[in-house]
Formats: sequence, C-alpha cells, structure tokens
Amino acid sequence: MDSQTIVFAILALISLFGGIMVVTRRNPVHSILFLVLTFFCFAGFYVMLGATFLAAIQVLVYAGAIMVLFLFVVMMLNLREPEALEGGPSFFQTLGFIVAAGMAVLLLAYFAGRPGPGVPPFSAGETAYEVGGPESLGMLLFTEYVFPVEIAGILLLAAVIGAVALAKRKRV
Amino acid sequence: METTVGLNHYLILAALLFCIGIAGVLTRRNLLIIFMSVELMLNSANLTLIAFSHYLVNAVGMVFVFFTMTVAAAEVGVGLAIVVTIFRNIESLDIRKLNVLKH
Repeated sequence: MDSQTIVFAILALISLFGGIMVVTRRNPVHSILFLVLTFFCFAGFYVMLGATFLAAIQVLVYAGAIMVLFLFVVMMLNLREPEALEGGPSFFQTLGFIVAAGMAVLLLAYFAGRPGPGVPPFSAGETAYEVGGPESLGMLLFTEYVFPVEIAGILLLAAVIGAVALAKRKRV
Repeated sequence: METTVGLNHYLILAALLFCIGIAGVLTRRNLLIIFMSVELMLNSANLTLIAFSHYLVNAVGMVFVFFTMTVAAAEVGVGLAIVVTIFRNIESLDIRKLNVLKH
C-alpha cells in the first residue's frame, strides 16, 4: 500500500463517519460540526486529485462561510428541544430509508462491476497541479467561461437581495 | 500486490455519501438537517466531477464545480432566510407542521 492509498482510506472513513453523524444526530449543532469535518475531508480529496484551488475554496466557502451561516441561524432560532421521536419511524421514513439503501446497493453494484481502477494518468506529478491550479482554472474561467461567470455574479447578487428581503422583519 | 486509488474508489465513496444524503433528506424531520443533507449530496456530486476531471486530465470539470459552489452558496443564503421566516411563522422547524396547504 502506498501512502496515497492510506491517506485516501483514512479520509474516506472520516468522511463517511461524518456523513452518517450529520444524518443521525438529533441536535442540529452537532450535525453542523460533523458536516464541517466532512467538508474538510472533501478538501483533502480535492488536494489528492490535484484540484488545489478548489480545495482552498472548499475550506473558505463551505467549511468557513456556509457552515458559519448555518451555526448563526441555529443560534438565532433559539431551538429549545431537539427533534421529537414520537412513536418510532413513520411509514414514509421507513420507505425513504429503503429507497436510499436500495440506491446505495445499486450504485455499488454498478461500480463494483466495472473493470479495475486503472492507472491514473498522473499520480502526483507536476501536471496534476497544473490542471487544477488557479492559473489553469483562471484561464478557463475568464476566457471560455466568462459568460457563465457573469451569470454566477448576477445569481449571487439576486441571492443576496432575496435573502435580505426574505429575512427582514416586517414592520406592521 | 499493488493497490492504487483509482477513479472507481472516488466514485464509490461519492455514491455512498450521496446515498447518506438521500437518507437524511427522506427520513429526517428537522428542516435544518434536511438542508445539510442536501449540502452533503451537492458535495459528493462535486467530488465525482473533480475525480473525473482528474482522471481525464481536463480542467472543465473543475470549472463546473466552481459554478456548483456558487449556486450552492446562493442556495444556502436564500434557503436559510426561508428557514428563518418559517421559524418565525410556525415557531418550529418540524416539517410535519408545514402542511398548511393540505388543509
């Protein structure tokens, strides 16, 4: 086993654990903290895949900004008691769990049936970091994808205005 | 025997995390936790895109992830504003109380 496999295995176990914890914890604050853990593991995967710029964005935007936003909302809402679990799982909850488990089995069967992983075109060479680095992404973003970038900017503006308009306390 | 991490491993991991997210969306009743499960699903889709991008030596997948993150950020901003509004109206985050349209 090379070091890459070991790092992948550790990160995969932590992220799966974090994901399961997000879904099963009753207190939303615990869920949020486990989700932050999972997002950090994702940043690790991105680095392993050579997407260094996106790993930085993942930590800054997801683990930083978005999760802090979640935490602030939980603090603002002043939730007293965690989710009630009266009378065990309902019919739809059982059905939902079965659907999710079935989909997991289907996807695993599909991927396990494929031929082996194959040799990656590069493992940790320089090219891997050139493809995912800020330079190559910036070149793409500001030449070929400049129109989507503009649209994304307008979308963010609309989201900011929408969020303020929605959350503003109405004076009656 | 030599083992290396391949595309398949990333795809399997992303699929498992996606299914955990689906289970969260379908079984939880807390609006915030459902929202977080959606974030988990978005991130596992991002992981798939980046894995393909890496193994095809093509940065376009990463550009796509960039836009996904933008949309996710916008979605979280508006979504949490809606959550705050809902909490102000029904004093709870339980989705079973959000059945006004049914009656």
